[in-house]
Amino acid sequence: MAVAMTDRIFTGVVWLGAGVMTALFLWLLGDLLWQGASHLSGSFLLSDPADSGRSGGIASILVSTLLILAVALLAAIPLGLMSAVWLTEYTRRDGTLGAAVRLSLDVLAGVPSIVFGLFGNAFFSVYLGLGFSIVSGGLTLACMILPIFIRTSEAGLSAVSDDWRRNAAALGMSRASVLWHVLLPAAAPAVASGIMLGVGRATAETAALIFTSGYVDRMPTSLFDSGRALAVHIYDLSMNVTGGDRAAYASALVLIVLIVAINTGALALSDRWLARKVTFS
Amino acid sequence: MIWSRPSFLSRWPTDRWLAPGLGVAAAGAGLILLLVLVFLLREAAPLLGSHAAIGFLLDAGWYPLEGQFGMLPMVVASLAAALGALLLAAPLGIVSAIFLNFSAPPGVAHLYRMIVALLAGIPSVVFGLWGLTVLVPLIARWQPPGASLLAAILILALMILPTVALTSASALAAVPKSLLHGAAALGLTQQGTILRVALPAARGGIINGVLLAGARALGETMAVLMVAGNVVQYPGGLLDPVRVLTANIALEMAYASGAHRAGLFASGLLLTLAVMLLAWLAIRASHGGRHD
Repeated sequence: MAVAMTDRIFTGVVWLGAGVMTALFLWLLGDLLWQGASHLSGSFLLSDPADSGRSGGIASILVSTLLILAVALLAAIPLGLMSAVWLTEYTRRDGTLGAAVRLSLDVLAGVPSIVFGLFGNAFFSVYLGLGFSIVSGGLTLACMILPIFIRTSEAGLSAVSDDWRRNAAALGMSRASVLWHVLLPAAAPAVASGIMLGVGRATAETAALIFTSGYVDRMPTSLFDSGRALAVHIYDLSMNVTGGDRAAYASALVLIVLIVAINTGALALSDRWLARKVTFS
Repeated sequence: MIWSRPSFLSRWPTDRWLAPGLGVAAAGAGLILLLVLVFLLREAAPLLGSHAAIGFLLDAGWYPLEGQFGMLPMVVASLAAALGALLLAAPLGIVSAIFLNFSAPPGVAHLYRMIVALLAGIPSVVFGLWGLTVLVPLIARWQPPGASLLAAILILALMILPTVALTSASALAAVPKSLLHGAAALGLTQQGTILRVALPAARGGIINGVLLAGARALGETMAVLMVAGNVVQYPGGLLDPVRVLTANIALEMAYASGAHRAGLFASGLLLTLAVMLLAWLAIRASHGGRHD
């Protein structure tokens, strides 16, 4: 029958599309694993880069990356959590002010990362005089990950049943302790996934960091030193250093493993937090 | 939510400070966008006087050291790369979403969803590295030099595929089951159900996802920078090397100063406005889809 025939062709096309996508993914992953793993070793992780990164390792790069990430999270998490709490617990759902903040965050989320790089350079590095430093880079990334972190945490907080708020109010708990002991623990999985999304974006970021945290591949001695992030290192090795491809692939593999590891860690942590604080219900 | 105004009944001193403190934090977060725009404008200001918007399009070309800031070739290259990537990624992404929601057995769907999510998490610089070392030599073997608009389109398409696939999949999953059951009751084939019922019903969400993916392609820097060849020219064909606006900023910021630096900030401003326009269209699309 003609109908059955076209239906079968349609199904075939759908499976073919999925197959093409899977094949592309495996091709990419295969290259990464194959070329990256051959250059990867313990000493690669533990020694500083030498000869523009062709030989040696990525120890100083890893330290810089983690420091930039730490600065970004330290700035974004408190500010983000406070904003999310304000948006869910202290504004009406149809309030003008809350709507304005939400719109502003949504637009900010779409701003291209290179524009954050321009902004970070003009504001943190030049205007505030922080120069090319880990702090400049970290704060630029904090601005970048703030929207997605706030909106995910906000979604988690507003998913907490109003019964809990009423019960806590009936018990005469202060609003601060309701937040700390009831609402935030209940929203912990969403907060953690917001952090994960932010960390994923921050760790992967290159364009926003080139002109804020800079290129220097020495071991940073303070937060006001310039430090090269892993993603910037990969870019530099593949574009500006001939014969750096092997090291670039190895660094790329480390970068992906790092992102997956941080994500898994954040998930586990949020599970423990949830288990510790919320023992009723 | 329940407490929409500060409670005068609260006996706790911390509570009196909580609301204003949190409000200040939220206001700060909301003002970041304004700060970004103000600083882009501030840095671009030296040029905005002489070039007021139109000048950037009319100048003969991009010769920043001679005071010529014609961005049009790079604007065209950016649009061509993003549009080409969308033309490839949109059909494949929507097909992926159909596969996830209708065709794949649960186990396969779970595995496939994981693959798409992993692909979405790969950093753009890694896509660029792969494009530079695998894709560009492949194209060069066929038509040198390899680094070209085509390479940029292919890499961008691969990068935005997960965005299209995941947003379309959630739009399709949100189609009311009663519609699908109705279609089945009318004796529609699976193909008919998907093409005539599910896809039209999920149209708003899908268009929203495609526009967001377009915005991402337009704003992407590293992956394109690494594979596109970076010659400032109008793309004459798919195999010409081109330079997009974002890549131009990344390449020249390192040494730009004075009017040149202002020109780069102006191009950043232009980019932001373009992406904001796309995001606005995306929001409109998703609202429009909900009503009909």
